[in-house]
Amino acid sequence: METDVLAVAVKKKLGDFLLDVSFSSAGGVTALFGASGTGKTSIISMIAGLMKPDRGRIVLDGETLFDERERIDVPACKRHIGTVFQEGRLFPHLSVRHNLDYGRWMSGYAADAKAFAHVVELLDIGHLLDRRPGKLSGGERQRVAFGRALLMRPRLLLLDEPLASLDAARKQEILPYLERLRDDARVPMIYVSHDAAEVKRIANRVVRLGAGGMAETGGVELLALSPQ
Amino acid sequence: MLELTPEDWTAVLLSLRIAVVATVVALPFGVAVAYLLARTNFWGKSLVDAIVHLPLVLPPVVTGYLLLITFGRRAPVGAFLADHFGIVFSFRWTGAALACGIMAFPLMVRAIRLSIEAIDRRLEDAAATLGANGFWRFLTITLPLTVPGVIAGMMLAFARALGEFGATITFVSNIPGETQTISAAIYTLTQVPGGDAAALSLVVVAVVISLAALVASEWFARRAARRLHGD
Repeated sequence: METDVLAVAVKKKLGDFLLDVSFSSAGGVTALFGASGTGKTSIISMIAGLMKPDRGRIVLDGETLFDERERIDVPACKRHIGTVFQEGRLFPHLSVRHNLDYGRWMSGYAADAKAFAHVVELLDIGHLLDRRPGKLSGGERQRVAFGRALLMRPRLLLLDEPLASLDAARKQEILPYLERLRDDARVPMIYVSHDAAEVKRIANRVVRLGAGGMAETGGVELLALSPQ
Repeated sequence: MLELTPEDWTAVLLSLRIAVVATVVALPFGVAVAYLLARTNFWGKSLVDAIVHLPLVLPPVVTGYLLLITFGRRAPVGAFLADHFGIVFSFRWTGAALACGIMAFPLMVRAIRLSIEAIDRRLEDAAATLGANGFWRFLTITLPLTVPGVIAGMMLAFARALGEFGATITFVSNIPGETQTISAAIYTLTQVPGGDAAALSLVVVAVVISLAALVASEWFARRAARRLHGD
Protein backbone atom coordinates (compact mmCIF):
# COMPACT_ATOMS: atom_id res chain seq x y z
CA MET A 1 0.00 0.00 0.00
CA GLU A 2 3.04 2.28 0.29
CA THR A 3 3.06 3.05 -3.42
CA ASP A 4 -0.48 4.37 -3.43
CA VAL A 5 -0.77 7.96 -4.48
CA LEU A 6 -4.32 8.15 -3.24
CA ALA A 7 -6.09 5.97 -0.71
CA VAL A 8 -9.76 6.53 -0.03
CA ALA A 9 -11.91 4.69 2.49
CA VAL A 10 -15.05 6.61 3.34
CA LYS A 11 -18.57 6.12 4.58
CA LYS A 12 -21.28 8.66 4.04
CA LYS A 13 -25.00 8.54 4.46
CA LEU A 14 -26.66 10.19 1.48
CA GLY A 15 -30.39 10.31 2.03
CA ASP A 16 -31.38 6.68 2.61
CA PHE A 17 -28.35 5.41 0.74
CA LEU A 18 -25.18 4.47 2.54
CA LEU A 19 -22.06 5.07 0.50
CA ASP A 20 -19.30 2.79 1.70
CA VAL A 21 -16.33 2.87 -0.60
CA SER A 22 -12.68 2.14 -0.42
CA PHE A 23 -10.21 2.19 -3.26
CA SER A 24 -6.72 3.33 -4.01
CA SER A 25 -4.84 4.64 -6.96
CA ALA A 26 -1.18 4.17 -7.78
CA GLY A 27 -1.22 6.99 -10.32
CA GLY A 28 -2.34 7.22 -13.92
CA VAL A 29 -6.01 7.59 -14.62
CA THR A 30 -8.43 5.78 -12.33
CA ALA A 31 -12.00 5.76 -13.48
CA LEU A 32 -14.89 5.83 -11.04
CA PHE A 33 -17.42 3.99 -13.11
CA GLY A 34 -21.03 3.37 -12.30
CA ALA A 35 -24.64 4.23 -13.01
CA SER A 36 -26.06 7.47 -11.70
CA GLY A 37 -27.05 7.35 -8.06
CA THR A 38 -24.03 5.31 -7.02
CA GLY A 39 -22.37 8.27 -5.32
CA LYS A 40 -19.65 9.05 -7.84
CA THR A 41 -19.94 12.81 -7.52
CA SER A 42 -20.10 12.55 -3.72
CA ILE A 43 -16.82 10.65 -3.67
CA ILE A 44 -15.22 13.37 -5.80
CA SER A 45 -16.60 16.05 -3.46
CA MET A 46 -15.17 14.25 -0.45
CA ILE A 47 -11.72 13.95 -2.02
CA ALA A 48 -11.83 17.62 -3.04
CA GLY A 49 -12.84 18.60 0.49
CA LEU A 50 -16.24 20.00 -0.45
CA MET A 51 -18.18 17.30 1.37
CA LYS A 52 -17.35 15.78 4.72
CA PRO A 53 -17.44 11.99 5.01
CA ASP A 54 -19.19 10.60 8.07
CA ARG A 55 -16.34 8.22 8.63
CA GLY A 56 -13.10 7.13 7.11
CA ARG A 57 -9.81 8.36 5.83
CA ILE A 58 -8.43 10.02 2.71
CA VAL A 59 -4.67 10.05 2.13
CA LEU A 60 -2.92 11.74 -0.79
CA ASP A 61 0.85 11.46 -1.34
CA GLY A 62 1.26 10.32 2.25
CA GLU A 63 -0.57 13.34 3.61
CA THR A 64 -3.76 12.64 5.50
CA LEU A 65 -6.43 14.94 4.11
CA PHE A 66 -9.23 13.52 6.15
CA ASP A 67 -9.33 11.24 9.14
CA GLU A 68 -12.50 11.10 11.15
CA ARG A 69 -10.81 9.43 14.16
CA GLU A 70 -7.90 11.84 14.32
CA ARG A 71 -10.19 14.77 13.51
CA ILE A 72 -8.15 15.78 10.51
CA ASP A 73 -10.04 17.63 7.80
CA VAL A 74 -7.82 19.72 5.54
CA PRO A 75 -9.96 22.47 3.97
CA ALA A 76 -10.50 22.32 0.21
CA CYS A 77 -8.39 25.42 -0.40
CA LYS A 78 -5.33 23.73 1.14
CA ARG A 79 -5.63 20.37 -0.60
CA HIS A 80 -4.12 21.40 -3.96
CA ILE A 81 -6.43 19.10 -5.85
CA GLY A 82 -7.61 20.31 -9.23
CA THR A 83 -11.24 19.64 -9.98
CA VAL A 84 -13.12 19.81 -13.25
CA PHE A 85 -16.84 19.84 -12.61
CA GLN A 86 -19.62 18.54 -14.79
CA GLU A 87 -20.84 22.03 -15.60
CA GLY A 88 -17.44 23.68 -15.81
CA ARG A 89 -18.19 26.24 -13.16
CA LEU A 90 -16.12 28.95 -14.79
CA PHE A 91 -16.38 32.29 -13.04
CA PRO A 92 -18.81 34.32 -15.16
CA HIS A 93 -17.40 37.72 -14.20
CA LEU A 94 -13.82 36.91 -15.16
CA SER A 95 -12.31 36.56 -18.61
CA VAL A 96 -11.00 33.18 -19.73
CA ARG A 97 -7.47 34.42 -19.05
CA HIS A 98 -8.32 35.34 -15.48
CA ASN A 99 -10.21 32.11 -14.97
CA LEU A 100 -7.10 30.21 -16.04
CA ASP A 101 -4.92 32.33 -13.78
CA TYR A 102 -7.18 32.11 -10.73
CA GLY A 103 -5.63 29.03 -9.13
CA ARG A 104 -2.08 30.28 -9.56
CA TRP A 105 -3.09 33.64 -8.16
CA MET A 106 -4.84 32.16 -5.11
CA SER A 107 -1.98 29.76 -4.44
CA GLY A 108 0.49 32.65 -4.57
CA TYR A 109 2.71 31.18 -7.28
CA ALA A 110 4.66 33.55 -9.50
CA ALA A 111 3.36 33.94 -13.03
CA ASP A 112 4.75 31.26 -15.32
CA ALA A 113 4.24 32.39 -18.89
CA LYS A 114 5.71 29.18 -20.26
CA ALA A 115 3.37 26.90 -18.36
CA PHE A 116 0.44 29.16 -19.26
CA ALA A 117 1.31 29.15 -22.95
CA HIS A 118 1.82 25.40 -22.88
CA VAL A 119 -1.59 24.66 -21.39
CA VAL A 120 -3.27 27.16 -23.69
CA GLU A 121 -1.71 25.44 -26.68
CA LEU A 122 -2.43 21.96 -25.37
CA LEU A 123 -6.13 22.77 -25.10
CA ASP A 124 -6.22 25.09 -28.11
CA ILE A 125 -7.89 27.94 -26.25
CA GLY A 126 -5.60 30.80 -27.26
CA HIS A 127 -8.33 32.55 -29.27
CA LEU A 128 -10.68 32.54 -26.27
CA LEU A 129 -8.47 34.25 -23.69
CA ASP A 130 -10.17 37.63 -23.71
CA ARG A 131 -13.72 36.34 -23.83
CA ARG A 132 -16.00 35.75 -20.91
CA PRO A 133 -17.39 32.28 -20.15
CA GLY A 134 -20.90 33.38 -21.17
CA LYS A 135 -19.71 33.64 -24.76
CA LEU A 136 -18.19 30.16 -24.96
CA SER A 137 -19.69 26.95 -26.32
CA GLY A 138 -20.07 23.99 -23.96
CA GLY A 139 -16.98 22.29 -25.36
CA GLU A 140 -14.86 25.44 -25.12
CA ARG A 141 -16.00 25.95 -21.56
CA GLN A 142 -14.88 22.47 -20.53
CA ARG A 143 -11.51 22.95 -22.22
CA VAL A 144 -11.02 26.15 -20.24
CA ALA A 145 -12.09 24.28 -17.08
CA PHE A 146 -9.40 21.64 -17.78
CA GLY A 147 -6.85 24.40 -18.22
CA ARG A 148 -7.88 26.15 -15.06
CA ALA A 149 -7.51 22.96 -13.03
CA LEU A 150 -4.14 22.13 -14.63
CA LEU A 151 -2.64 25.58 -14.11
CA MET A 152 -3.10 25.44 -10.35
CA ARG A 153 -0.40 22.74 -10.41
CA PRO A 154 -2.56 20.11 -8.75
CA ARG A 155 -1.24 17.03 -6.99
CA LEU A 156 -4.28 15.19 -8.24
CA LEU A 157 -6.86 15.99 -10.88
CA LEU A 158 -10.51 15.12 -10.30
CA LEU A 159 -12.68 15.01 -13.39
CA ASP A 160 -16.35 14.73 -12.54
CA GLU A 161 -18.12 13.62 -15.72
CA PRO A 162 -16.52 16.47 -17.62
CA LEU A 163 -18.18 15.40 -20.86
CA ALA A 164 -21.63 14.58 -19.53
CA SER A 165 -23.13 17.95 -20.40
CA LEU A 166 -21.98 17.72 -24.03
CA ASP A 167 -23.64 16.06 -27.00
CA ALA A 168 -21.99 13.13 -28.81
CA ALA A 169 -20.27 15.30 -31.43
CA ARG A 170 -18.80 17.62 -28.80
CA LYS A 171 -17.62 14.64 -26.79
CA GLN A 172 -15.68 13.38 -29.76
CA GLU A 173 -14.22 16.84 -30.11
CA ILE A 174 -13.06 16.98 -26.48
CA LEU A 175 -11.81 13.42 -26.00
CA PRO A 176 -8.56 13.96 -27.91
CA TYR A 177 -7.80 16.94 -25.67
CA LEU A 178 -8.40 14.78 -22.63
CA GLU A 179 -6.01 12.15 -23.95
CA ARG A 180 -3.39 14.81 -24.63
CA LEU A 181 -3.89 16.13 -21.15
CA ARG A 182 -3.46 12.67 -19.66
CA ASP A 183 -0.30 11.93 -21.63
CA ASP A 184 1.18 15.37 -21.10
CA ALA A 185 0.38 16.40 -17.58
CA ARG A 186 1.59 13.38 -15.60
CA VAL A 187 -0.81 14.26 -12.83
CA PRO A 188 -2.72 11.34 -11.35
CA MET A 189 -6.37 11.61 -12.23
CA ILE A 190 -9.68 10.33 -11.00
CA TYR A 191 -12.11 10.23 -13.86
CA VAL A 192 -15.81 9.88 -13.12
CA SER A 193 -18.03 8.54 -15.85
CA HIS A 194 -20.93 6.24 -16.62
CA ASP A 195 -19.83 5.84 -20.23
CA ALA A 196 -17.82 2.67 -20.77
CA ALA A 197 -16.42 3.71 -24.16
CA GLU A 198 -15.16 6.97 -22.72
CA VAL A 199 -13.55 5.24 -19.75
CA LYS A 200 -11.89 2.68 -22.00
CA ARG A 201 -10.17 5.45 -23.94
CA ILE A 202 -9.01 7.42 -20.94
CA ALA A 203 -8.47 5.21 -17.92
CA ASN A 204 -6.00 2.48 -17.05
CA ARG A 205 -7.71 1.42 -13.86
CA VAL A 206 -11.36 1.12 -13.00
CA VAL A 207 -13.27 1.32 -9.75
CA ARG A 208 -16.73 -0.01 -10.48
CA LEU A 209 -19.38 1.28 -8.14
CA GLY A 210 -22.45 -0.82 -7.49
CA ALA A 211 -25.91 0.14 -6.37
CA GLY A 212 -25.24 -0.99 -2.83
CA GLY A 213 -22.51 1.60 -2.40
CA MET A 214 -19.80 -1.06 -2.74
CA ALA A 215 -16.81 -0.84 -5.04
CA GLU A 216 -14.80 -3.28 -7.10
CA THR A 217 -11.35 -2.38 -8.35
CA GLY A 218 -9.63 -3.75 -11.41
CA GLY A 219 -8.54 -3.08 -14.96
CA VAL A 220 -10.66 -1.99 -17.89
CA GLU A 221 -12.06 -5.54 -18.12
CA LEU A 222 -14.52 -4.47 -15.40
CA LEU A 223 -16.20 -2.33 -18.01
CA ALA A 224 -17.43 -5.42 -19.82
CA LEU A 225 -19.85 -5.98 -16.97
CA SER A 226 -22.82 -3.73 -17.27
CA PRO A 227 -22.82 -0.93 -14.72
CA GLN A 228 -25.17 -2.01 -11.97
CA MET B 1 -41.81 78.21 -13.15
CA LEU B 2 -38.54 76.72 -12.04
CA GLU B 3 -36.95 79.50 -10.09
CA LEU B 4 -34.98 78.37 -7.14
CA THR B 5 -34.10 80.80 -4.40
CA PRO B 6 -30.71 80.50 -2.67
CA GLU B 7 -32.56 78.86 0.24
CA ASP B 8 -34.03 76.31 -2.13
CA TRP B 9 -30.59 75.53 -3.51
CA THR B 10 -29.27 75.07 -0.01
CA ALA B 11 -32.02 72.56 0.70
CA VAL B 12 -31.39 70.71 -2.58
CA LEU B 13 -27.64 70.43 -2.05
CA LEU B 14 -28.12 69.48 1.58
CA SER B 15 -30.58 66.75 0.57
CA LEU B 16 -28.13 65.35 -1.94
CA ARG B 17 -25.31 65.44 0.56
CA ILE B 18 -27.40 63.72 3.23
CA ALA B 19 -28.69 61.04 0.85
CA VAL B 20 -25.24 60.31 -0.61
CA VAL B 21 -23.53 60.16 2.79
CA ALA B 22 -26.32 58.01 4.24
CA THR B 23 -26.11 55.58 1.31
CA VAL B 24 -22.33 55.34 1.19
CA VAL B 25 -21.87 54.96 4.95
CA ALA B 26 -24.66 52.40 5.17
CA LEU B 27 -23.21 50.30 2.33
CA PRO B 28 -20.47 48.34 4.16
CA PHE B 29 -22.85 47.63 7.04
CA GLY B 30 -25.54 46.67 4.54
CA VAL B 31 -23.26 44.20 2.76
CA ALA B 32 -22.09 42.71 6.09
CA VAL B 33 -25.61 42.30 7.50
CA ALA B 34 -26.95 40.97 4.19
CA TYR B 35 -24.14 38.41 4.09
CA LEU B 36 -24.76 37.34 7.69
CA LEU B 37 -28.48 36.95 7.07
CA ALA B 38 -28.03 35.17 3.74
CA ARG B 39 -25.23 32.81 4.64
CA THR B 40 -24.88 32.20 8.33
CA ASN B 41 -26.95 30.72 11.08
CA PHE B 42 -26.52 32.08 14.54
CA TRP B 43 -28.51 32.33 17.70
CA GLY B 44 -30.82 35.32 17.53
CA LYS B 45 -30.72 35.60 13.76
CA SER B 46 -34.46 36.21 13.46
CA LEU B 47 -34.15 38.95 16.08
CA VAL B 48 -31.42 40.68 14.05
CA ASP B 49 -33.56 40.26 10.95
CA ALA B 50 -36.52 41.85 12.73
CA ILE B 51 -34.48 44.77 14.09
CA VAL B 52 -33.04 45.49 10.64
CA HIS B 53 -36.53 45.55 9.16
CA LEU B 54 -38.05 47.56 11.97
CA PRO B 55 -37.63 51.01 10.31
CA LEU B 56 -39.63 49.67 7.37
CA VAL B 57 -42.70 48.94 9.48
CA LEU B 58 -42.45 51.49 12.28
CA PRO B 59 -43.99 54.92 11.76
CA PRO B 60 -41.01 57.13 10.76
CA VAL B 61 -41.83 59.50 13.62
CA VAL B 62 -41.35 56.63 16.05
CA THR B 63 -37.94 55.84 14.55
CA GLY B 64 -37.06 59.54 14.82
CA TYR B 65 -38.14 59.59 18.44
CA LEU B 66 -36.08 56.49 19.22
CA LEU B 67 -33.06 58.15 17.58
CA LEU B 68 -33.67 61.27 19.66
CA ILE B 69 -33.65 59.38 22.95
CA THR B 70 -30.59 57.37 21.87
CA PHE B 71 -28.40 59.82 19.98
CA GLY B 72 -29.66 63.13 21.39
CA ARG B 73 -27.11 65.39 23.05
CA ARG B 74 -28.06 64.26 26.57
CA ALA B 75 -28.99 60.71 25.61
CA PRO B 76 -26.57 57.95 26.66
CA VAL B 77 -25.09 57.06 23.27
CA GLY B 78 -25.26 60.64 21.98
CA ALA B 79 -23.44 62.04 25.03
CA PHE B 80 -20.79 59.31 24.85
CA LEU B 81 -20.10 59.94 21.15
CA ALA B 82 -19.98 63.70 21.71
CA ASP B 83 -17.65 63.50 24.71
CA HIS B 84 -15.26 60.88 23.38
CA PHE B 85 -15.25 61.36 19.63
CA GLY B 86 -16.72 64.80 19.14
CA ILE B 87 -19.46 63.30 17.00
CA VAL B 88 -22.73 65.15 17.41
CA PHE B 89 -25.89 64.05 15.65
CA SER B 90 -28.65 66.08 17.22
CA PHE B 91 -29.79 69.06 15.12
CA ARG B 92 -26.93 68.54 12.67
CA TRP B 93 -26.97 67.37 9.07
CA THR B 94 -25.02 64.31 10.22
CA GLY B 95 -28.05 63.41 12.34
CA ALA B 96 -30.25 63.72 9.27
CA ALA B 97 -27.86 61.39 7.43
CA LEU B 98 -28.04 58.93 10.35
CA ALA B 99 -31.86 59.02 10.31
CA CYS B 100 -31.95 58.59 6.53
CA GLY B 101 -29.37 55.80 6.65
CA ILE B 102 -31.36 53.88 9.23
CA MET B 103 -34.63 54.36 7.37
CA ALA B 104 -33.00 53.22 4.13
CA PHE B 105 -31.08 50.31 5.68
CA PRO B 106 -33.75 47.58 5.41
CA LEU B 107 -34.28 48.26 1.70
CA MET B 108 -30.56 48.11 1.06
CA VAL B 109 -30.07 44.90 3.05
CA ARG B 110 -33.02 43.24 1.31
CA ALA B 111 -31.73 43.91 -2.18
CA ILE B 112 -28.18 42.78 -1.38
CA ARG B 113 -29.37 39.74 0.53
CA LEU B 114 -31.51 38.54 -2.39
CA SER B 115 -28.55 38.98 -4.67
CA ILE B 116 -26.25 36.97 -2.38
CA GLU B 117 -28.85 34.22 -2.06
CA ALA B 118 -29.08 34.00 -5.85
CA ILE B 119 -25.37 33.26 -6.26
CA ASP B 120 -24.51 29.76 -7.38
CA ARG B 121 -22.53 28.56 -4.38
CA ARG B 122 -20.90 25.89 -6.49
CA LEU B 123 -18.80 28.68 -7.97
CA GLU B 124 -17.42 29.33 -4.50
CA ASP B 125 -16.72 25.61 -4.12
CA ALA B 126 -14.82 25.75 -7.40
CA ALA B 127 -12.82 28.71 -6.07
CA ALA B 128 -12.05 26.74 -2.91
CA THR B 129 -10.59 23.85 -4.92
CA LEU B 130 -8.41 26.44 -6.68
CA GLY B 131 -6.90 27.48 -3.37
CA ALA B 132 -9.05 30.45 -2.35
CA ASN B 133 -9.81 30.64 1.36
CA GLY B 134 -13.04 32.08 2.72
CA PHE B 135 -11.86 35.68 2.65
CA TRP B 136 -10.63 35.53 -0.95
CA ARG B 137 -13.70 33.61 -2.09
CA PHE B 138 -15.84 36.42 -0.73
CA LEU B 139 -13.70 39.14 -2.26
CA THR B 140 -13.16 37.62 -5.71
CA ILE B 141 -16.35 35.63 -6.30
CA THR B 142 -19.21 36.47 -3.94
CA LEU B 143 -18.81 40.22 -3.86
CA PRO B 144 -18.41 40.81 -7.62
CA LEU B 145 -21.41 38.58 -8.30
CA THR B 146 -23.41 40.61 -5.78
CA VAL B 147 -22.77 43.90 -7.59
CA PRO B 148 -26.18 44.07 -9.32
CA GLY B 149 -27.85 43.70 -5.93
CA VAL B 150 -25.53 46.27 -4.41
CA ILE B 151 -26.47 48.76 -7.13
CA ALA B 152 -30.18 48.10 -6.65
CA GLY B 153 -29.77 48.39 -2.89
CA MET B 154 -27.89 51.67 -3.16
CA MET B 155 -30.51 53.07 -5.50
CA LEU B 156 -33.35 52.14 -3.18
CA ALA B 157 -31.46 53.50 -0.19
CA PHE B 158 -30.66 56.75 -1.97
CA ALA B 159 -34.27 57.26 -3.00
CA ARG B 160 -35.51 56.43 0.48
CA ALA B 161 -32.96 58.78 2.03
CA LEU B 162 -33.91 61.57 -0.34
CA GLY B 163 -37.57 61.17 0.51
CA GLU B 164 -37.13 60.70 4.25
CA PHE B 165 -39.18 63.15 6.23
CA GLY B 166 -40.73 61.88 9.43
CA ALA B 167 -37.72 60.42 11.22
CA THR B 168 -35.47 63.28 10.13
CA ILE B 169 -37.75 66.11 11.23
CA THR B 170 -38.42 64.38 14.54
CA PHE B 171 -34.76 63.73 15.28
CA VAL B 172 -32.98 66.82 13.93
CA SER B 173 -35.84 69.23 13.33
CA ASN B 174 -36.15 71.51 10.30
CA ILE B 175 -33.28 74.00 10.43
CA PRO B 176 -32.60 75.83 7.15
CA GLY B 177 -29.02 75.26 6.05
CA GLU B 178 -28.40 72.51 8.57
CA THR B 179 -31.18 69.92 8.53
CA GLN B 180 -33.76 71.30 6.12
CA THR B 181 -33.94 68.83 3.24
CA ILE B 182 -36.04 69.18 0.09
CA SER B 183 -38.93 67.38 1.74
CA ALA B 184 -38.77 69.55 4.85
CA ALA B 185 -38.47 72.72 2.75
CA ILE B 186 -41.52 71.75 0.69
CA TYR B 187 -43.42 71.05 3.88
CA THR B 188 -42.42 74.44 5.32
CA LEU B 189 -43.44 76.28 2.15
CA THR B 190 -46.84 74.64 2.07
CA GLN B 191 -47.45 75.85 5.61
CA VAL B 192 -47.30 79.53 4.64
CA PRO B 193 -49.95 81.30 2.56
CA GLY B 194 -49.01 81.41 -1.11
CA GLY B 195 -46.04 79.13 -0.54
CA ASP B 196 -47.38 76.33 -2.71
CA ALA B 197 -46.16 78.07 -5.88
CA ALA B 198 -42.64 78.30 -4.46
CA ALA B 199 -42.91 74.67 -3.38
CA LEU B 200 -43.60 73.64 -6.97
CA SER B 201 -40.07 74.31 -8.17
CA LEU B 202 -38.67 72.16 -5.35
CA VAL B 203 -41.16 69.44 -6.27
CA VAL B 204 -39.88 69.53 -9.85
CA VAL B 205 -36.29 69.25 -8.61
CA ALA B 206 -37.23 66.28 -6.42
CA VAL B 207 -38.86 64.55 -9.39
CA VAL B 208 -35.85 65.22 -11.60
CA ILE B 209 -33.34 63.91 -9.04
CA SER B 210 -35.40 60.78 -8.42
CA LEU B 211 -35.75 60.07 -12.13
CA ALA B 212 -32.05 60.67 -12.69
CA ALA B 213 -31.20 58.25 -9.88
CA LEU B 214 -33.52 55.66 -11.40
CA VAL B 215 -32.03 56.01 -14.88
CA ALA B 216 -28.48 55.92 -13.51
CA SER B 217 -29.11 52.78 -11.50
CA GLU B 218 -30.74 51.10 -14.51
CA TRP B 219 -27.68 51.93 -16.55
CA PHE B 220 -25.26 50.64 -13.91
CA ALA B 221 -27.32 47.50 -13.35
CA ARG B 222 -27.38 46.76 -17.07
CA ARG B 223 -23.66 47.27 -17.34
CA ALA B 224 -23.04 45.03 -14.35
CA ALA B 225 -25.31 42.32 -15.77
CA ARG B 226 -23.46 42.50 -19.08
CA ARG B 227 -20.15 42.15 -17.31
CA LEU B 228 -21.41 39.10 -15.43
CA HIS B 229 -23.03 37.31 -18.33
CA GLY B 230 -20.87 37.52 -21.38
CA ASP B 231 -18.85 40.50 -22.56
